[in-house]
Amino acid sequence: MIEAQHLTKYYDDFCAVSDISFSVAQGKIFAFLGPNGAGKTTTIKMLTTMLKPSQGQLTVNGYDTVKNPLEVRRSFGIVFQDPSLDEELTAYENMVLHGMLYDVTSAKRKERITTLLKLVELDTRQDEYIKNYSGGMKRRLEIARGLLHEPKVLFLDEPTLGLDPQTRNLIWGYIKNLSVSQQVTVFFTTHYMDEADKIADEIAIIDNGKIVANGTAQSLKEQTQKPTLEEAFIALTGHTIRDEIPSSTDRMRLRRRVWKR
Amino acid sequence: MKAIFILWLRQLKRYWRSRARMVGALGQPLIFLLAFGFGFGPVYHKAEGGDYLQFMVPGVIAMGILFLGVFTGIEMIWDKQFGFLKETFVAPVPRYQIILGRTLGGATVAVMQGIVVLLICLLIGFELKSLWLFPIALVFMLLIGLLCTAIGTAFACVLDDMQGFQLIINFLVMPLFFFSNALFPVQELPNALKVLVHLNPLTYGIDGLRGALSGAGEQHFALDLLILSTITFLVLGLASFLFSRIRL
Repeated sequence: MIEAQHLTKYYDDFCAVSDISFSVAQGKIFAFLGPNGAGKTTTIKMLTTMLKPSQGQLTVNGYDTVKNPLEVRRSFGIVFQDPSLDEELTAYENMVLHGMLYDVTSAKRKERITTLLKLVELDTRQDEYIKNYSGGMKRRLEIARGLLHEPKVLFLDEPTLGLDPQTRNLIWGYIKNLSVSQQVTVFFTTHYMDEADKIADEIAIIDNGKIVANGTAQSLKEQTQKPTLEEAFIALTGHTIRDEIPSSTDRMRLRRRVWKR
Repeated sequence: MKAIFILWLRQLKRYWRSRARMVGALGQPLIFLLAFGFGFGPVYHKAEGGDYLQFMVPGVIAMGILFLGVFTGIEMIWDKQFGFLKETFVAPVPRYQIILGRTLGGATVAVMQGIVVLLICLLIGFELKSLWLFPIALVFMLLIGLLCTAIGTAFACVLDDMQGFQLIINFLVMPLFFFSNALFPVQELPNALKVLVHLNPLTYGIDGLRGALSGAGEQHFALDLLILSTITFLVLGLASFLFSRIRL
């Protein structure tokens, strides 16, 4: 379902992703782990056609991401790391907008929206503006939205960041269910190793733009001779703390928070 | 088509729901209308220019459209920052459709604002030259709206946050408005200023609008229309090009 071969991305001189290859079969859950700045988001951007690879081949649902971006986009749903909802619209309107963008027919759209909002338990609050939603509600809505056009692949970039254990459980519950019952292929990143351990069929660990290990959670633990995935992860990627330069988005968020008060 | 429609509708909904912005955007043209219209009216009359209100109302309408259009375009910075733009970028929709929907939405909103300004002007004594010419006025309003939204959008494509906002107001929006024929006739201006005013696309929009609303355009609308629509398409093309190069 997802095939990456010798995938490489340079930003000017800096090599963010260096010659990585992996593949994910249909209906599998694949965890893509790595410290901050390891190249996870760059990889997701290439997978989702937002960035062109500098070198290498990438196909999603059999379509090449560079040659056939529109078909690729039709094939996947995505939950971004940061919210990407329109705050001035209601939950229902956000769903309709998505359905229209993905050219879902009107009857189908109504039916899917009703089902999905019920699934993520937002049906009773569907007419509220997103600006009144909590972080967890937004995330649930984004998952529902990502599934509206019945994608074959679901990309999740840190879907449970900043959520409470209840919501996290709920979200992983849906996702597990989707992959089993509808054979949706799931590709996700997270910093919570226990999630990857529990959910993923396969794990790849990326560091400094290279895949340093891959396999099942069990095989990674055996390979490093550590009892938990977290320790295995640290054994593979080292103890150094990676600093990210705050993006202008972060600065803007901060400013908006200041202004709201 | 669906994508263009829904993005257009989104702009309308956002406008309709933010009453503060609606009223706020009205404030500026109204202040100009009252202060300049009534303040300079008598002077203008004594100078045998005729009725100043009849002269300046098209300019004030264009101002309303200018401000709202540029703002709606620039608003895209927020969509860039707060993620919504990503949602449209990963959708199976070519980028030109996204920008078309957004720009048409922004232009529609701006024209609605222009119509509200016109209605208020009618209330305080502005007289339409002829109802038959109103559709022509609408065409000019729409073109001005498209032009200004496209300008705002083009800037939003290259700016990463609202830091540059003040810059745009002072070095783009204000000059576009003041160095045009919105508030004064062009014939008697010093040559340098005259050239500047004639380089400003808004001038042709206002002249056309003035012709259609007050019957006092300097040149025929057909010429205004030709110049304005050419520049509008060029700016739309530029905005569309810059938009296609956004990397999130």
